Amino acid sequence: MLLTHSHTLLASPPCDAFLRLLNGRPVGEQKELLNKWNEMGTDEPDLSLFRPVYAPKDFLEVLINLRNPNYENGDSLSFRTHLGLIQVPLKVKDIPELKEFFVELGLTTGQLGIDDSTQVPPELFENEHVRIGQKVLAEQDSAAAQQYIRQGSPTALRAELWALILNISSQPEDILYYEQLKTNVIQHDLLVDSLIYKDVKLTASNDDYYFVFEDYLYQVLLCFSRDTSVLGHFAYNSASPPKSYIRGKLGLEEYAVFYPPNGVIPFHGFSMYVAPLCFLYHEPSKLYQIFREMYVRFFFRLHSISSHPSGIVSLCLLFETLLQTYLPQLFYHLREIGAQPLRISFKWMVRAFSGYLATDQLLLLWDRILGYNSLEILAVLAAAVFAFRAVNLMEVTSLAAAEAVLADLSTLKVMPLLQIFLFATVT
Amino acid sequence: MSTMSVQTIRNVFSVETGYRLSDDQIVNHFPNHYELTRKDLMVKNIKRYRKELEKEGSPLAEKDENGKYLYLDFVPVTYMLPADYNLFVEEFRKSPSSTWIMKPCGKAQGKGIFLINKLSQIKKWSRDSKTSSFVTQSTKEAYVISLYINNPLLIGGRKFDLRLYVLVSTYRPLRCYMYKLGFCRFCTVKYTPSTSELDNMFVHLTNVAIQKHGEDYNHIHGGKWTVSNLRLYLESTRGKEVTSKLFDEIHWIIVQSLKAVAPVMNNDKHCFECYGYDIIIDDKLKPWLIEVNASPSLTSSTANDRILKYNLINDTLNIAVPNGEIPDCKWNKSPPKEVLGNYEILYDEELAQGDGADRELRSRQGQSLGPKGGRSRDSGRTVLTTWK
Repeated sequence: MLLTHSHTLLASPPCDAFLRLLNGRPVGEQKELLNKWNEMGTDEPDLSLFRPVYAPKDFLEVLINLRNPNYENGDSLSFRTHLGLIQVPLKVKDIPELKEFFVELGLTTGQLGIDDSTQVPPELFENEHVRIGQKVLAEQDSAAAQQYIRQGSPTALRAELWALILNISSQPEDILYYEQLKTNVIQHDLLVDSLIYKDVKLTASNDDYYFVFEDYLYQVLLCFSRDTSVLGHFAYNSASPPKSYIRGKLGLEEYAVFYPPNGVIPFHGFSMYVAPLCFLYHEPSKLYQIFREMYVRFFFRLHSISSHPSGIVSLCLLFETLLQTYLPQLFYHLREIGAQPLRISFKWMVRAFSGYLATDQLLLLWDRILGYNSLEILAVLAAAVFAFRAVNLMEVTSLAAAEAVLADLSTLKVMPLLQIFLFATVT
Repeated sequence: MSTMSVQTIRNVFSVETGYRLSDDQIVNHFPNHYELTRKDLMVKNIKRYRKELEKEGSPLAEKDENGKYLYLDFVPVTYMLPADYNLFVEEFRKSPSSTWIMKPCGKAQGKGIFLINKLSQIKKWSRDSKTSSFVTQSTKEAYVISLYINNPLLIGGRKFDLRLYVLVSTYRPLRCYMYKLGFCRFCTVKYTPSTSELDNMFVHLTNVAIQKHGEDYNHIHGGKWTVSNLRLYLESTRGKEVTSKLFDEIHWIIVQSLKAVAPVMNNDKHCFECYGYDIIIDDKLKPWLIEVNASPSLTSSTANDRILKYNLINDTLNIAVPNGEIPDCKWNKSPPKEVLGNYEILYDEELAQGDGADRELRSRQGQSLGPKGGRSRDSGRTVLTTWK
């Protein structure tokens, strides 16, 4: 497998002054930052010279150009190989396999997001489900919680259930660790901080649901970029953290440092991974821990290249394959008008749908990510959205028109869409 | 059907003009709506209502050991100035570190409001003051002073209040509807109770008319959250029971405020009215009624806002004048369920009395019935009142 390095996309800084990637902050500035720690949103630095390092569409271009020179396709040109954008032959599940994998989403099993709607009396499912959830929490059974949450989490129990599944318990040492990171932020200024400010200002600050939490996002992300424990996830991440060299020692490994300290360069929309969590956790160190764990378990796979079934490459291929196999007419039509479906759905998947769905629906979706320990549901949902709007999409004649049909997902109900696509469509 | 400004209403119903509305004319204000919508009269009516209930020995007027009403303490302590100046001073001296908010009785959009924490700041309103220019107590210059809620519930560190729309089609019997799509208005600046920021209206006043002049005002979301966002946030961070209890209490205080003015309202059959209720939630999750607006802003600050206000007007008119026919003010004002749109029945006195009045208190004092408690009879989950 040929793997490319997504960090080749790093924009070169505009001028020499910006080569100082790390600065110690003068004491006066430290005091000032400490004072306004809780309201960083109101006084950001001049960001006019910054732009995001890369956006999802740049990343997509890299993925489209992935090839495996070792792979022998055989002489026959398969119909499938040439229709979608992804040209890497990874193994993805088909619908029968998905039905088995996501069996708890089936029509005969109760779901939150469907069976708790206003027309359904709570005695039928919801009350009992809540009772079981409380029992799972009382027994602090992480594995049971993961199984339980496949049917969705009641809003009041979600924060605790996620913490249980992610094995987060706020111990004094965790709080202390967060405070140390905060001190690190106060004492040193990183170039990447400006990227974070820019990203929050461009995305979360303008979002109907998340603008309220702008200040929490700065706190979490500034600390995150300095957290070297995040480097640990590179043991199972096929990407490698970018390196910087002490001045004058370029290429000498003993003088290499990871930059940023956590090895993760934020891209445009990165802050949207954190934003939905603010609805669940309002204590900064807990919010931080939950986000960090979600990142090193799941989110990193959405912007690094690997062959993992939950990696973004597999998700793209899964999406395209589902569409090609089960909605061939739609797929063919969109391709003909220059609207390759992946070009539209890619940004949804990279962000795990954050900022595209209504928050309550997003949380129901992320429940299932935790429950199944897999991101494949993102690809299935993307395909289900196309299936849902197929009639309108068949009538469009341009990429722009297709984008318009799929521009607003905020009214979608996630679970019925998934259920219909997986279990109620004739295949 | 005619939409009239408050001024026009005064003219239409004025004794002097001798104007009479005919049967097919319906207007969107009650003649003496100011009993509810002027800050001083609202407080007067609620205080009167409470005293009456107390005299009757009604359990609703029950007090706790500190003399505070258990169920009817939903308006912050308020005094009229200059009339109650001495009473106010007495109260002020009991807790001299408290902050109070001064509001002109007849203005809106946050105009003329300021905060004080020293008696010297309101010397002008002292009745005994030799320098007082308030010789005539003309209603234009009357103020109310209320205990400032300096511990509002903060989300993301910011203060917010709730704007809820309530439609009243008749006061006697009371029939009112709550619009499901209310919203929260956030301040653009972080909240601080610090005395150095008492003058900063961007910290304290949530009126959009004020906030939109702030540096950080955002035209995409307008600093507004839907009530369902608020509900999701509170349920996720505080739990379902306390959230349901909060919303129950909000419905309760709206209905009580309407009941308080119902006896003095001119229940003209030509009238209906859509009020804008302003409610603040404190950090103990207790809701406070701040004021009621007779002409809630129907302009929009964002795209979402425009859609909301359009639907609000549409749904209001569908209830006030059903079927889009020529109205007849003699109709029974009981619209069919299908036309409610985004409104839900908040309280229907006729229906409630049919059930027996003592259910009211039993439910009210009962433990966490929640909004689904009264579901046994009818329509699914959307019954707002657990008490009748």
